[in-house]
Amino acid sequence: MNTPAFRSPLEASQVQDLRPPTRREFLKNCAAGLMVWVAFSPSLRAEETPEPANAPKPRPKPRADFNAFLSIAADGRVTCFTGKIEMGQGPVTSLPQMLADELDVDLDQVEIIMGDTELCPYDQGTWGSLTTRSFGPLWRAAAAEARAVLLALGAEALKLPQAQLRTQSGFVIDSADAKNRISYGQLTQGKRIERHLSVAPDLKKPADFRIVGKPLLRRDARDKVTGKAKYTGDLRLPGMLYAGILRPPAHGAKLLRVDRSALPEGKGFVFIELPELVAVLHEQPDLAANAVSLLRAEYAPFSSPLTDTNIYQHLETAQIPTRVVNQGGSIEQGRARSKGVCEGRYLNAYVAHAPIETHTALARVEGDSATVWASTQNPFGARDEIAKALGFPNTKVRVITPFVGGGFGGKAVNMQAVEAALLSKACGRPVQVMWSREEEFFKDTFRPAAVVHVKAGVDERGHMAFWHYDVKYAGDRGSDLLYDVADRLLTASGNFNGPDGYHPFPVGAWRAPGCNTNAFARESHIDQLAALAGADPIEFRLRHLSNPRAARVLRAAAELWGWKPSVGVSGRGLGVAIGLDAGTYVATIAEVAVDQATGKITVKRVLCAQEMGLVINPAGARIQMEGCITMGLGYALSEEIRFKDGAPTDTNFDTYELPRFSWLPRIETHILEADNSPPQGGGEPAIIVMGGVLANAVHDATGARLFELPMTPERVKAALKARPKAPGA
Amino acid sequence: MTKTISFTLNGRPVQVQAAADRMLLWVLRTELGLTGTKFGCGISQCGACTVLVNGQAVRSCTESVLSVEGKELVTIEGLAQGESLHPLQKAFIQHDALQCGFCTPGMILTAYAFLRRNPSPSHAEVLAGMNHNLCRCGAHLRIVEAILSAAAAMRGASSP
Repeated sequence: MNTPAFRSPLEASQVQDLRPPTRREFLKNCAAGLMVWVAFSPSLRAEETPEPANAPKPRPKPRADFNAFLSIAADGRVTCFTGKIEMGQGPVTSLPQMLADELDVDLDQVEIIMGDTELCPYDQGTWGSLTTRSFGPLWRAAAAEARAVLLALGAEALKLPQAQLRTQSGFVIDSADAKNRISYGQLTQGKRIERHLSVAPDLKKPADFRIVGKPLLRRDARDKVTGKAKYTGDLRLPGMLYAGILRPPAHGAKLLRVDRSALPEGKGFVFIELPELVAVLHEQPDLAANAVSLLRAEYAPFSSPLTDTNIYQHLETAQIPTRVVNQGGSIEQGRARSKGVCEGRYLNAYVAHAPIETHTALARVEGDSATVWASTQNPFGARDEIAKALGFPNTKVRVITPFVGGGFGGKAVNMQAVEAALLSKACGRPVQVMWSREEEFFKDTFRPAAVVHVKAGVDERGHMAFWHYDVKYAGDRGSDLLYDVADRLLTASGNFNGPDGYHPFPVGAWRAPGCNTNAFARESHIDQLAALAGADPIEFRLRHLSNPRAARVLRAAAELWGWKPSVGVSGRGLGVAIGLDAGTYVATIAEVAVDQATGKITVKRVLCAQEMGLVINPAGARIQMEGCITMGLGYALSEEIRFKDGAPTDTNFDTYELPRFSWLPRIETHILEADNSPPQGGGEPAIIVMGGVLANAVHDATGARLFELPMTPERVKAALKARPKAPGA
Repeated sequence: MTKTISFTLNGRPVQVQAAADRMLLWVLRTELGLTGTKFGCGISQCGACTVLVNGQAVRSCTESVLSVEGKELVTIEGLAQGESLHPLQKAFIQHDALQCGFCTPGMILTAYAFLRRNPSPSHAEVLAGMNHNLCRCGAHLRIVEAILSAAAAMRGASSP
């Protein structure tokens, strides 16, 4: 291979070999300090509910191994380890915050290592808003255990009974004489202690928190505003090559043969042809990508009759098994009691994850082992996928996760990491795969198109008489009725990740999978029932909310907004919706204006009240709410994958419209105090109501009911045309 | 065809040998080792690759390396003066105006060029000025607050 002609004076100094320490080396360096080892007992492991995030195949059961959660070095510095990853949602700040409080050290003494399968305890993946609510208690327990050990060591060293000692800022201190103290670093000198956590130790009570519950700025912000923060694509290894990968024109198109004769010789290109993976590698990423167009590929004739316009009919007629999600009373009897009945068919389109960082990986396969840096939400899952593809035991594969540039569920699957590993193995050099935006739109696991049918009625007293709800393809997460209806039947078929064979491309978990579709259908339908009952939509909801947490967020939202009750279409453009996800309740009120000539919706104001139990980092939690509201404008108003012939026709941000600055409404977020309840999830709940709340607001503005997301100007215009004539008009 | 292209990069003169039609983004990220400039879309739609060329915000994914011959180029790595951060960088930290951080360099440099043109923008002008930079995490609200606060700080610093 020729050496490319491109050199600059800066280059040599920029490329340093990355040889991260192995676990053995790392532990050796820490040998002077205390290591707290935590064994996940089966009962503790069960606390982190396995979410079917995006697992087309069953995940292997994690081994019951021992891994260090934290170490305390002789100088008192604490290093903690987690398999969770940082993709913007903030655990790089909130996890050290929790740990520092429980361990009684200052936050700036704590460093965190995330998403390294060699150094960190097993983790099932970062999704489902589980980091705080499910993983948090284990994490805090490890710190509490360490503190207990340090207290015991302190009692020995100070020759005092433990009851006379307290801990603070990395010291064990004599309560009778604060000058009589010894640092954690001094205590741990030369000791190596294993603790196996089998019984959850007592955790601190909220009243005793010093750091948890305080709003903290992000710890990674400085690196992210200076360009210093390293994402996977920013890593360089000596001798590395970049991959341009040949992609088929459509999903399902089979490659017959590829002719590489147009690829210039002697220009540094390396051609790799593996089963299902054809690539051109080069020392420059752009040259590798451009060279792919020089390959002449022949595919077996392939076509798909499915398009974004006939997809719902296709999905509805497909025969897949239906399951009962919730059932009570008799919908027949409820229907018989009904004074008015309302039916609706709610649709939503395929939606992309579209993180600004595309799927990226850098792999170095040497001999019988592999190290892969990957932008992934699931480092241990990626490790296993890579090991399987390479034919290595997973103990020979190490996945390291630098900062991740957004995930939203899409980086739960790691095909790019497998591709990089296979190519590195084939060429014997490190290989980076960074998907282009077009590849991202082709290979992404979209949020599935889905259909929800709802039939429901109200009785003479203005209460819901029955609720018959059927969701296809979105999954049942978030289909909870929330409202009190004795006669009900909720069924679901399919899920957000399948089954295979019905969608024209792979589908998967998208921020709060299932919930956005379900909340859109439910909350749109409730509004129509309120009108049927002649009730204000908030008053009507409260009539059916014996659930105190749901009622509380809705009352709070109404009060904070200054809600004035109104029945039917008020012309004000106000909508309301509530939801439950990840253990957190949200109630959102929005105001829109609709340009009836163009069909354009302008969102003017969004207020969200949220109850999420104890809040670890209030600043981080509010940021997540704002992010949910802003991101939710997209799937509600503009985002959809259009496609034909087995391939998306939206392949970049020129036609696939993400929310923009000019769309930004006035946003108000309120977190309701619930310090004595366990912490719940915060990364997803506030997004789930955005489709429903805006559909309701558009109806209130215009009398037009939108049954399909996104509410594009064309659909708004069609709904305006189809709306019932106002009485007397 | 490979050419030698000379320009000023973050205050230092540099020369690179590169095919003239290569895009600036890739030359920055590979030859010049400045990875703060990000790839997001490749067609000037998202703004993650924004750099400053003679003080103007330019999308480096569609700008040829030849086009910066003789010009002054600033990337996110060159915005701070040593350890002293630019007011925009400080404001992005203080306002938590980022989540995943991938769009952040492009946001800050776009805002820098925008504030040069309009040092006292209204809220609506910031929205319009930033409208062609995409953030998927939804940090928009705080980005706007950060830009307005940085603008105020910069006006304060430059007034006599």
